Order: sequence, then C-alpha cells, then structure tokens
Amino acid sequence: MGDKKKWFQLDLGLGQKQAVAGSCGCGKPSGGCGSHATEPPKNDLTISAEEFDAAVEQELMEDSMVAQTRKDGFQQVFDRKMDRRTAFRKLTASLLVGAGAVHTSCSVTSGEEAKEKAQIDWEEQFKGNYKLMTQEEKQATVDRLVRSYQLRKKENIKMSAADASKDVLFGYAFNISKCQGYMDCVSACVKENNQDRNSQMQYIRIHEMKDGEGFKFNEADDNYYHEVPAEGHFYMGTQCFHCDNPPCVNVCPVQATWREEDGLVVVDYDWCIGCRYCMAACPYDGRRFNWSKPEVPEDEINKNQHYLGNRLRKKGVMEKCTFCVQRSRAGKDPACVEACPTGARIFGNLLDPNSTIRWVLENKQVFRLKEDLGTEPKFWYFMD
Amino acid sequence: MGTFRAFRHMVKDSLDYITHGSKTYHIWMIFLTVIMLIGMYCYSIQLDEGLSVTGMTDRVSWGLYISNFTFLVGVAAAAVMLVMPTYVLKDIDFKQAVLIGEGLAVAALVMCLAFVVADMGGPSVLWHMIPGIGVFNFPNSMLAWDVIVLNGYLFINITIPLYILFRHYQGKEAKSKVYIPGSIISVLWAVAIHLVTAFLYEGLQARPFWNNALLGPRFLASAFAAGPALIILVLAAIRKFSEFKIEDKTISKIAMIVTVAAQINLIMLISELFKEFYAPTHHSESAYYLFFGLEGKTALLPWIWTAIPLNVLATVLLTFHKLRNNTKVLYFCCFILFVAIWIEKGFGLIVPGFIPGPYGKIAEYTPTWIEIWVTLGIWAMGAFVFTMLAKTSIGIELGKLRYKKKKILKSETV
Repeated sequence: MGDKKKWFQLDLGLGQKQAVAGSCGCGKPSGGCGSHATEPPKNDLTISAEEFDAAVEQELMEDSMVAQTRKDGFQQVFDRKMDRRTAFRKLTASLLVGAGAVHTSCSVTSGEEAKEKAQIDWEEQFKGNYKLMTQEEKQATVDRLVRSYQLRKKENIKMSAADASKDVLFGYAFNISKCQGYMDCVSACVKENNQDRNSQMQYIRIHEMKDGEGFKFNEADDNYYHEVPAEGHFYMGTQCFHCDNPPCVNVCPVQATWREEDGLVVVDYDWCIGCRYCMAACPYDGRRFNWSKPEVPEDEINKNQHYLGNRLRKKGVMEKCTFCVQRSRAGKDPACVEACPTGARIFGNLLDPNSTIRWVLENKQVFRLKEDLGTEPKFWYFMD
Repeated sequence: MGTFRAFRHMVKDSLDYITHGSKTYHIWMIFLTVIMLIGMYCYSIQLDEGLSVTGMTDRVSWGLYISNFTFLVGVAAAAVMLVMPTYVLKDIDFKQAVLIGEGLAVAALVMCLAFVVADMGGPSVLWHMIPGIGVFNFPNSMLAWDVIVLNGYLFINITIPLYILFRHYQGKEAKSKVYIPGSIISVLWAVAIHLVTAFLYEGLQARPFWNNALLGPRFLASAFAAGPALIILVLAAIRKFSEFKIEDKTISKIAMIVTVAAQINLIMLISELFKEFYAPTHHSESAYYLFFGLEGKTALLPWIWTAIPLNVLATVLLTFHKLRNNTKVLYFCCFILFVAIWIEKGFGLIVPGFIPGPYGKIAEYTPTWIEIWVTLGIWAMGAFVFTMLAKTSIGIELGKLRYKKKKILKSETV
C-alpha cells in the first residue's frame, strides 16, 4: 500500500456502496430524545429494526394524501437503505423531514415510536448552535441523541455534555527522543473517537525523519508500513495543536468551531455546513473532513461519547482531535497518551503547578511548530 | 395598483417572449438544458455519496468549484465597470452595453452562489448562514463578509436594470435620480466583492501562496480584463443574433478597458514571479509546483504554460491600436485572454495553495468527471439565465415588449 493509495484513492464510490448496503437501517448514527425519556423502552426489544421499518412504511403508504411527500422526507432520514433517491428529493429533504415530522406527530395512526422519532428529528434539524445553548438545551439535545440511538439501534450509548471545568487549561507535550513510531496512538485514537474506517481517517500523523537532517517535514514519511523503529530515523507526531489563537475558529462563517474555556478547540458537527474554510486556514493539517458517510462497524463503536467529541458524525462535516474531550473532561488522559508504549506523550492541566506537563515545560527545552504564525499552539515538543 | 398590474404584465410578456424565438435560439436553449440536466444528475450523485465523488481530499480540500467561484466573482465585478461611464459620466456609447453587462453580472453571481452551494458538505443546513436565523460569524470570517457582499451585489444588480426596464416597458423614461445613486453604489460594491473574495484567501497565514498583499489588487486587475473581455464577446454574439444595435465605438471603448487592465495584470504577474523566483524561500514551493512541478508531480504545468503565453500574447496584441481595432483580432484576443485568466485565477490559484501541504506533503488534485459535469452544468445555468435576461432586456429596449403598446420612446430607437 503506497503513498498514492492512501491519499489519492478517495474514490470511495465502490467501497461506500458496499458499506451502505451492509449497514443497518438507520439514518442518524447517533440519537436520543429528551421529551419522551420516561417512556418505557421495552417495545424496542420485541421488534426488530426491519419489522419496525416495514410496519412504519406500510402505515405511511396507507395514508394517501401526503404519503408521497412524507415518504421522501421521512425515509431520507430514517432509512439508510433509501439513500439512493433523486437529487430533487434530496435537495428538499430537510424541509420534507419537517413536513413528515409534523404530519406524523399529528397523526393518530402512526405508532408512538414513529412519532417520537419524527419529533426528535424535527428538533435536531432545527436546533441551534451548541456553543450558544444553555446548559438545559445542551442536556436536551444530548438526551435526544441518546434516545434516538436507542430507538434506531436498540442499544444504549452514554453521551456527555460536560462543560469545561474551572481552572483547567489542557496542554500536551511530545517527547521526540522517546517516540519509536509504533503508531499505537493512531489506532487507539481511531478506536476511541469512532473515526471513519472506510477512508482510514486518522487525526494523528507520525512523521518518520532521517537522523542528522533535522526536522525536514517535507522529506519525512507520514505513511510508512515497515518495521519500526527504522534504523537511522526518528519520529515526530502531529495532530490538532489546540492553538490558543486558532486561525480555524476565526474563519468559520457560522461559528461551528470554537475554543472552549479549557483550551480545547471543538466542532459542533450538527452546526457545521461543510465549507472547509477551516481546513484551508489550519497551518498544522489538524482537521479532517467526512468526504463520504463515515462508517464504524457496530461492535467497534465506542459508546462512551461526548457531544463535542467522539459521537458519530455524518457525511459532509469537519472533525478533528479534541484531546479526547469525553476522557479529558472526565479526568482521564486522551487515548493516545494512554496507548503510547514509550511514554512519549504527556498530557495535563497547564494551570496545575504540580502537573507533569508543567514539569516538562519548566525543566525541558521545549519548542512548538510554526511559532512565527502567532497561533500559540498548546502542543510542545521536547527531547530528553 | 396600476404599477402592480403593469409589473404582472411585464412578467407575463417576458415569459412569453423568452419562450419564443428563432430556431437557433431554441437549439441553444435546449443544448443548455441538456447540459444542466446532466449536471443536476451528477450533483444528485454527489449529494448521495458525499463529496468523495469529487477529486478533493483532506490534502487538497478545495478544487474546481471554488476555482470557478473565484473567477466568476471577478466577472461579476467587472461587468459593472461599464455602469459608471454610462449612468454617471453620461457616456451614451455604453448605454446599450450596460444592461447586458448587468445581466452578465447577475448570471455570474447566480453561478457563484451555485458553485458555493455545490462545494458545501451540508447543503441542507445552509440556513445556518442566514443572518437572524442562523449564527453569522461577522465580522471575523471573511466568508461571512463574502456572503453579505455577494448577495447585496446580486440585489443591486437585479433592482437597477429591473427598474430601468420596467420604466421603459411602461413607455416612460427611467428617473436618473433613482438609478444613479444605485449605480454609484454598485460600482463601489463591485470593487468590494472582489477585494473581499481576495481577502478570503489573503487572510490565511497557513497558505503562503495566498498570503500575499498583491492578491487583492491582482484579482481586480485580472477581473477587469476578463470580465469586459467576456462582455465584448457577448456583445459580438448579440450583434450577430439580434437586431440590437451595438456601435463599434462602444466595443472599442470596452476594448480599451480590457487592454489597460490586462497590462496592469501582466505587470503584477511579473512582480509576483520575481518575488517567488529571484530569492526563493520555503514559501515559494507552491509557485515552484505551479510552474515547474515538485518531485515529479506536474499536473498543473500544461495549464499554467497555456495560460501564461495566451495572457502575454493577448496583452501584446491588444496594446497595438491597429490590431485592437480589427474586430477579428479583438475577438480572438478577448477569447484567449478570458481562457488564460480563467486558468490562472481559477485552479492556477486555488490548487497550488494546498500544494505542498502544511507539512510539505505533495498530493495532487485531479477533478473527477462528476465534478466536471457539475461545473459545466452550472456554467450552462449561467448561460441560460443570461440568455433569458438579455433577450428580455433587448426586447424591451427595442420596443417589442411594451405595456399596452405605447409609443416607443425617442431615446430608445437609436
């Protein structure tokens, strides 16, 4: 598998088709509902997804007046098998979802669950920007997403809406002398953060550089497939540096990405319009785009999620490293730090004078990449 | 009440007028429709599968769509440079050209917006960008500025000609008090849209190829060359296919604008090349890639080495009065200049901005057929919109479309 394969072969038409066909019949990968949370979920277990969808569809078809319209909007979102629709229908999908939702909500013939799903979808489609939500609204959308997932996949996920804690500013240090290029961090990251497996999306890149030539990124290999550590080479990892003055945040036309109080630069996947301006603005190659619908095998989904972190994404939105917000805000290290077998990765609270990261910054000769751009990354490199 | 009725009649009459025409007209419109339909089909595939059906990747994340968008903003901006002399400086020669120019601006803007929408990952949530309903990152994001200026410009360019045509349709003179302030605003606004679009790229410290103070001025210069060049070609076509009279004087004046702009553009190009290649730094890599290729990756070479000679040739030919005044040479120059600037300001500008990547990775970009057809579809849509607008305005100006068949005004019989 050469260089080319990985970066040019984004012609995923074929791979994606197969993946779509083999996936379960749910449009939204993550979900939940606030308003009906008290409803007993026991029905979920007695009826299979296919049976349920068939029943819903039949019921819909019986209703003659708006059946056609509603079928479009409704199934666009609920049934992934129905993805292959015409462009004209797709274009109006969001409006039609709304129309379908209203109709279903008002209909006496539809099942309770169908109504609930429609309700959730309606609220999700027209919810606001997470950054500007109150704590209640944040919790409500998280509950909706959890409930939606439960309704569609018959499984429970845990999703957090935890805000930044006071007096916390996350920072990261990377020990160039220790890294041996095993890339355990990369696979741990992919697993932890539910990244798309089809396009082999990776937040972390490990650059293999030649000893004695300094940091020559342009000559480094960031996509190697040989035994490591390779003779005469050293390794350097890059990812999102969570700049204190992030250029990506400034350029976003809809404020779908921002810097949190604890220094994490995050994305609201539901608010992102997919213009990729942030990607052009990032000097560190820190952002990744979902060029097609991200696929994670059902049994590999990490169900411990955060709204701003590793919850399942949709196609056409930006994502990036969040320092594993679902872990770091729960007091744990990011997955890459935990997975590193050499201890090259150090993570901690920059405001805590007793933290390891502070010790590194105070006792090692640290440096950052492209400091001349004034981005103030919170990601330092050092050597033993 | 009467105004509304007249307006309703105008809409009805225009619809009637644009659906009737010569055989050539119908063939042209059918041809455009077919291209548009193919484009729509390809766009439906893109909506279905995601942007992975395009050639864009995480390494080169903007491609053909944004390139065409950038170029067309220039065309839109330039069209209005004809407005100034006509309405404000009372230069009668331009009068016939100006409605065509504004029609062209509208068509170019429609194409711009279509290209932006085609490039979006989530077109269904575009309402997030609508001020008031969504969240607008104003004034921080240049894209937010761009949305405002482009839509504002579209509004101005629809209302001014609409007002003038509507007055003429009713057999009245358009009041200069009403449209002259509008024209002045539109001229200033034209500069603004292009400068803001340049700032979109210029403001990115991550991309040294774009982060360059000359980008804005060079955008303007190339736009005022390519835009009027297109107008000359369009006027030539209109002269051929309709009874609308366009004097040679008008065309030669527009040709003068094209020439000066092309010369300034060439000077700026030389300045840019000097800076990149006299003392090359790490930041010149993108220019190296564009002109000479890097590490054997040479996808853009044929394009840029087509664009530069065409650009130079057109500018040199236009500089000589004798050659410029020969319509055949003029049309040829306008055509090659247009093509050259489309390459240079389109993907010759956008794609090298991403190559090499932030860490020096060289990954090339090749558009897929789906992308190309969507692009062609949008161009066809622009041509379609323009044809309809031009036909209506010519009809009204020639007095073929009249409310209650009033007498044709003297000033319009020219």
